[in-house]
Order: sequence, then structure tokens, then C-alpha cells
Amino acid sequence: MTPRSTWHPWAMLAPTLALLVVFFLVPIGVAAFESVFAWDLLTPPRFVGAANYAAIAAHGQLLRTALRTLEYSVFVVAGTMSLGLGLALLVNRPGRFFAFVRASVFSAYVVSWVAVALLWMGLLERGGRSLLGDPRWALPALAFVGVWKLTGYAMIVFLAGLQGVPRSLLEAAALDGAGAWGRLRHVTLPLLAPTAAFVATTTLVTSFQAFDVVRIMTQGGPARATELFVYAIYEQIFLDLSVGRASALTVVFFGMLLALSALQLRAWGVRAGVRAGVKAGAGR
Amino acid sequence: MSSARLRTAWPGLAAAAAAAAWMVPYAWMVSTAFKTLPEIVAHPAAPFPERLDLGAYREVFAAMPVARYLAVTVGMAGTIAASQIALALPAGYALAKLRFVGARFAFGTVLACLLVPAQATFVPVFLMFAKARMVDTMAALVLPFASSAFGTFLVRQALVSVPDEIIEAARMDGASEWTIVYRILGPMLRPTLVSLFLVSFVFHYNDYFWPLVMTTGDRVRTLPLGVALLREQGTGVRWHIVMAGNVVLSAPVIALFAVAQRHLLRAVRA
Repeated sequence: MTPRSTWHPWAMLAPTLALLVVFFLVPIGVAAFESVFAWDLLTPPRFVGAANYAAIAAHGQLLRTALRTLEYSVFVVAGTMSLGLGLALLVNRPGRFFAFVRASVFSAYVVSWVAVALLWMGLLERGGRSLLGDPRWALPALAFVGVWKLTGYAMIVFLAGLQGVPRSLLEAAALDGAGAWGRLRHVTLPLLAPTAAFVATTTLVTSFQAFDVVRIMTQGGPARATELFVYAIYEQIFLDLSVGRASALTVVFFGMLLALSALQLRAWGVRAGVRAGVKAGAGR
Repeated sequence: MSSARLRTAWPGLAAAAAAAAWMVPYAWMVSTAFKTLPEIVAHPAAPFPERLDLGAYREVFAAMPVARYLAVTVGMAGTIAASQIALALPAGYALAKLRFVGARFAFGTVLACLLVPAQATFVPVFLMFAKARMVDTMAALVLPFASSAFGTFLVRQALVSVPDEIIEAARMDGASEWTIVYRILGPMLRPTLVSLFLVSFVFHYNDYFWPLVMTTGDRVRTLPLGVALLREQGTGVRWHIVMAGNVVLSAPVIALFAVAQRHLLRAVRA
């Protein structure tokens, strides 16, 4: 439609665009700029070129942080997806009891990470000792908490995906002699593939940004075993007062996140395409 | 149980086990909050408290100004959610319905912001607020989220399917663009906006990260931060106090979830 006045669209968009640019786009530029200076927030900044990047990458530090964060994320994604899908198939039934089960599992997604993290800290501690104090088990323990928190989300999205599986296809498969397992394997699961891609990528991007569980449950310890990416940035700026290194880490973090988001966008495109396809097919 | 009965009963049994995996930890939280320190030291794994002791809750209210933290948190989350909707409506309308030079650029800007999480902006935004002496203020908590790229995108998508004729008719009747956006299209999008408000409110009520990095003191401390501090101040096994704080923090969202489950679920499925 034609706007009534040429300035109308821009007046309507101005507050939104201004806020988004100032708080989301400009900061990325600022981070890139600050990453080539050494600055401790007290003395004047000093230009150092790529020295901050060299410092954060020294002794394989950066690589280890990145791999550790990916390890956590992959664990959370695998756990969330398998549990979420299994539960969705299990509770996709009528009745108040199954509604209660759905609400129970999903409730963890609604409460604060703070509450979930503190709850599991208490549950994991026995007699002053905890899995969180063991360098080998601390990261899997955090990932377990992540799975517990996010499974409800995956379950709900899978349940929505199950609604999109046409009943007629399942009935046709049953008439062709397919049992429950055959219908699941050859009809339901292939049609859920786009939903699975959607859940996998959103959970992956979310987990890659994990911070609360680390800050509350382990502070990156023991012996850096749980120092995930965002927590590493937090330590650089608020504990070491190193703006330059925090900014360099931020730039690398954002770069990796963009790569993961590219995966996400492709998966979403696939999902939208298949949805449209199923709708068109069902309408015929 | 015969094998035939087992076959029909197993989904119910498995579902009950799943519900337990999520409900038992909550039950432990509520139960622990009713215990006393000597009880926790003597029988740390006892499932039930000896009696319903409110001492832990009293200690929580003594250790932090719960009412003020709650007011700050609800005020912050409510302002953010309301502002996101107030700004997303006109922006979404311009992007969905108006033809103008630069529309693709404007929409592209909104989409680009979808890819930038707060975890990637907090260092530079903290520096900006520090320079403006705005760290530890309500503005530092609210302003960065006063507009939402996701909300704008969602409202735009919802408005695309609203027929142009409705807007043309309103214009013929002499309605201003302001009236069209807030009085005509707003109510039409009510389900979307309610979901958007609730999701945003719950997210920011729960948020720990942003209030943690943007505050240095007690001035605009939010409830999640206060509750997390109960643990940091705690020496040893004062889990009854931490869990009482946890109950205080979680009860409002659980209640909201119970009342508005439908709307929250719709947003997740979208």
C-alpha cells in the first residue's frame, strides 16, 4: 500500500531501528574496534594490533574454550533431541494425565536458569562433595542440567510437528500392513526430519551461549573444566579488566555463532518448505 | 501383571516415570525449604521435613529485600514486554503493508539483529553505558531490549496476512495511521501480542545474565540475582535457605504458566 505521507514509514520504524542498531549492530563494530587496543578501563587505551588475538589464542587456550563449548552444546543437543522426541511420541495421547505429564516436563523450560542451576547444585551435593568438583564430571553434569531444562521445549516442538503428520498417511501405511514400528520408521520420522533440524539448530545456538549454569554452578572450574565461551568473555572483562581481550574473544565468539546460525537458517528454510509441501499435499 | 495388560499400560507407566523425573526435583526443593539447619545436617537425604518450618523463608526475607527485588524485576520485565509490543506494531505495519524506498534495507536490518544475541554485545554495551555513567540504572536493564527484532519480525509476519481492504476502509473512514495501528490492527493481532508479551515477560523476569553484567550494586538488583547471591553468601550446607529463595523466585512464573499455558505454548510452537 502507498503510505499517506513519504515520512510515515520511517517515523514508524525509527524507534525500532534506532534501538536495534545502537544495541545490536553498533556493538559488534565497537567490539571489533576495541579488540585491537589494550585497555584496562583505568589507564588510556593503547593500540596493539593483533596482540589481543595472539594472547587469547596462546597455549591453545581459545581452541580449548571453543571445543569445550561445542562439546557441551553437542551433549545438550543430543540429549534434548532424543528425550524430547521420545517424550513427544509417548505423551501424544489424549487425557488429563498426559496433559499433566506434558506440563511437568515443559515447566522446567519456564522457570529461571537460576532456579534450575541452584536446584541441581543442591541435588548433586552430598555430604559437602559434588560431581561439580570433579574435573571429569563437571562438564557432563552441567550438560545434564541443560538437557533437563530444555527437553520440554524440544518435546513441545516435536508435538507440534506430530500434528503435521497427516492421519491419512498413517492409515494408508497401516492398510499396507505396516506395524506401529514400521509406521514410525517409514512415515512419522521422515516427516519429522525438518522439525528435528529446527530443534537441533535452535538448541545448538542456545547452548553455545550458555552462561548462567557456569556462573552459578562452577565459575568455570574445577581447573577450567567448565569454562565455556561466554563465561571466558565475562572473566576477561569483569575479573581481569581486559577490555581488549574480552573484545577479541567477543569477535571470535560472534563469528562462530554466525556459522552456527547459517546452519539454523538453512534448517528453517527446509522446515518452511516441507510444511508448505505437506499442506499442499493434504489439500489435494 | 499379564503381558497383555503390560502392553496397554506401558505408555502410562513410562509417562509417569517422566513426570517424576521433573516433579521429584521440585518436590525436593519445596521440601528442603521447610527443613531446619540441624535437620539438613543430620539427615541430608530425608525426603520429608519433620514439620513445616518457615524459618528458611524468614531468613530469605531477612537476607534480602524480597518485595523491592520483585518490584524491580516485574517492573523491568513488564516495561520491556510492553515497549516491545508498542514499538513492534508500527514497525511491523510499515514493513508488512507500506511500500517505500528502503523497505528491503529496513527489513534486512531487523533480520540481521535476529542473529546477534546479548551475549555477543554485552562487552561493548557495558562500555557504552559506563561512558554514559548509566551502569546500575533501570535504563541499562530496559533500553537494550525496549525493541525486539524477533517481536518486530513476528508482528510483521502476522500483519502480512491481514487484507489491505481493512486498512483502506479505515483510511476512507478518516482513521489516522495511529488509530489504524493501535486501535484496529492491534486488537486483530491480540493472540500473537499476548503470546509475545508473556514470552518476553517470562524471559526477562527469569534473566540472570543481563542484570548481572549491567549492575554493580544493590540499586536495581533483580530477584534472580538476589536468589543466586543467597548461595554465594551461604557458608556450607544452608540449602534450605537457597531452596526457599528458589521457591519465591519460581512461584510467580509457575503460577503464570498454570494460568496462561495456552499462550506460552503457542509462542513456542510458532
